[in-house]
Amino acid sequence: MADREMRAVYAQTLVDLGALDPRICVVEADLARATGTGPFAKAYPERFVNVGVAEANLVGVASGLSATGKKPFAATFACFASRRAYDQFFLSANYAGLNVTLVGTDPGVTAAFNGGTHMPLEDLALMRAVPGLAIVEPSDPVSLEAAVRIAAASDGCTYLRLQRKSAPELYPAGEHFELGKAKLLRQGKDLLIVALGALMVSEAKKAAELLAADGLEATVLDLFSLAPIDRAAIVKYASASGRVVSCENHRVTGGLGSAIAEILAEEGVRAKLRRVGVGADQFGEVGTQDWLADHFKLSAPHIAAAAKSLF
Amino acid sequence: MTANTQAKPGERLRALKGHAQDLRRAIVSMVHTAQSGHCGGSLSAADIVSALYFDIMNIDPSQPRMPGRDRFVLSKGHACPVLYGALALRGYFPVDELSTLRKNDSRLQGHPVSTYLPGVDATAGSLGLGFAQAVGMALEGRMLKAPYFVYALLGDGELNEGVVWEAASTASKFGLERLIAIVDRNNLQNDGKADDIMPMEPIDKKFEAFNWRVLAVDGHDMAAVLAALEEARKPAGKPTCIIARTIKGKGVSFMEDKREWHGKPPSDDEYGIACKDIEGGCV
Ligand SMILES: Cc1ncc(C[n+]2csc(CCOP(=O)(O)OP(=O)(O)O)c2C)c(N)n1
Ligand SMILES: [Mg+2]
Repeated sequence: MADREMRAVYAQTLVDLGALDPRICVVEADLARATGTGPFAKAYPERFVNVGVAEANLVGVASGLSATGKKPFAATFACFASRRAYDQFFLSANYAGLNVTLVGTDPGVTAAFNGGTHMPLEDLALMRAVPGLAIVEPSDPVSLEAAVRIAAASDGCTYLRLQRKSAPELYPAGEHFELGKAKLLRQGKDLLIVALGALMVSEAKKAAELLAADGLEATVLDLFSLAPIDRAAIVKYASASGRVVSCENHRVTGGLGSAIAEILAEEGVRAKLRRVGVGADQFGEVGTQDWLADHFKLSAPHIAAAAKSLF
Repeated sequence: MTANTQAKPGERLRALKGHAQDLRRAIVSMVHTAQSGHCGGSLSAADIVSALYFDIMNIDPSQPRMPGRDRFVLSKGHACPVLYGALALRGYFPVDELSTLRKNDSRLQGHPVSTYLPGVDATAGSLGLGFAQAVGMALEGRMLKAPYFVYALLGDGELNEGVVWEAASTASKFGLERLIAIVDRNNLQNDGKADDIMPMEPIDKKFEAFNWRVLAVDGHDMAAVLAALEEARKPAGKPTCIIARTIKGKGVSFMEDKREWHGKPPSDDEYGIACKDIEGGCV
């Protein structure tokens, strides 16, 4: 199916929603041209706010806007959305019971050429620690549009992890998505692969092909929302095979793999787990996305190898 | 040691202008080779960085961690091509390595990482953070009674960050007279004109209100830049901020004062024109 630029889908969905709901507004911190929200600024200039290079302020202002009933979508690179505005998001938005969608772009190795300083490999861990926060990482343009609509309809806060570049469509237009409901992309008896986000879902699918060629049949779940997490699906498929591989474009500390480990332990599922992700002791590096995915052992051959090591 | 303070005034200026053009050539060459990176803000700072690295700063490329050295903090870390160029041309690492900017596994990351590359005094790239580090370095210098200077280069968009003003308060509280902040006042940031995206004027009055000494200079007039840096080193009992009026993309005709050249690499054709432009300015 067709590739579509993810940020264009993000912006267009906001433009569409903005036409119906005057509460939707966009808050940027001097990265509007990167996020691509120009069309929203053009359509609804009075609902577009650029606070300059000031991420703590970005989230504080978005929180205040939502206190009076607006539905702000605040965006910046995921490294800054998490590390530079965490207290504002935690306290002013979440603890205050307000309604802010914080969008972190260029997650993990998709930060590529900007290098280690810009490579968010801990944002999911930080966000998982916020009580009640919905954390969504869409895998394709269709699930991204759904995620933006879910966030807009929600009364609480959402962290939307957004890969800006193009991604192939995995789902038919209008496919239904829900928080806490994973999508079953493939079913197999030998192991479960759980993946999050466009990069990792695509690598997980390729890994399942590689494994199939070697006679191993994998179930593949596109998790869609990390919080709330689809506990039932994970328990069901993990119990069936006793083997699980988690795939995240993130450090293995505190993210998807950790969430699955907690579920397996708490539910008493007898299953072995391999966490595919950036090493616990590693910072980011610079390079092409493909090189980085390989370097940090996120790519399909590494997922397949991790899977085989379970047997 | 300082590279050039003993030379005759005319020669000194000519040499520094030459180094600035060498930096400009290195910047566009690096970003062209990488096909990624920030030309505009690197070019606007080339004259200032030339003055610092080839004249003013007390540094020794053979001892990058020399304890008493002057420090340079590129708080606007995205302009690292100008820093990498200066370090390579001063001999901290091979000039050939400049072609690895932003390449797989390079030490020349998209933003400077101090643990990777000799001569990089501060890891930076998250705007605002470098400046607070610079204040800490100057504070340590005071505690150690070590007479080194700390130079911090900030973007005018970077001044939007609250931590800049937290750091500015701290510097004046402790009277850090060996801290010199230089604001690259090119009036552009990522999304547009700095004066539109987030008006920060009057910048001079703001720093004065934070109890800093403020100097203003044309950031492309080498004699004036040197004079300002020398003035800033005179003890004042307070930190000094030099507001350098600059042109983003300075020296490359089609990049000058153009927003889109903030973070865009030149094509082969554009690279050719850029080289001619810089050559032309190199008497
Ligand atoms: C904390 C943070 N937020 C956002 C960015 C992305 N960014 C990189 S450069 C830039 C604009 C900077 O403008 P300015 O400080 O004026 O730099 P210059 O014009 O000298 O290039 C932005 C927003 C960043 N590097 N750090
Ligand atoms: Mg600027």
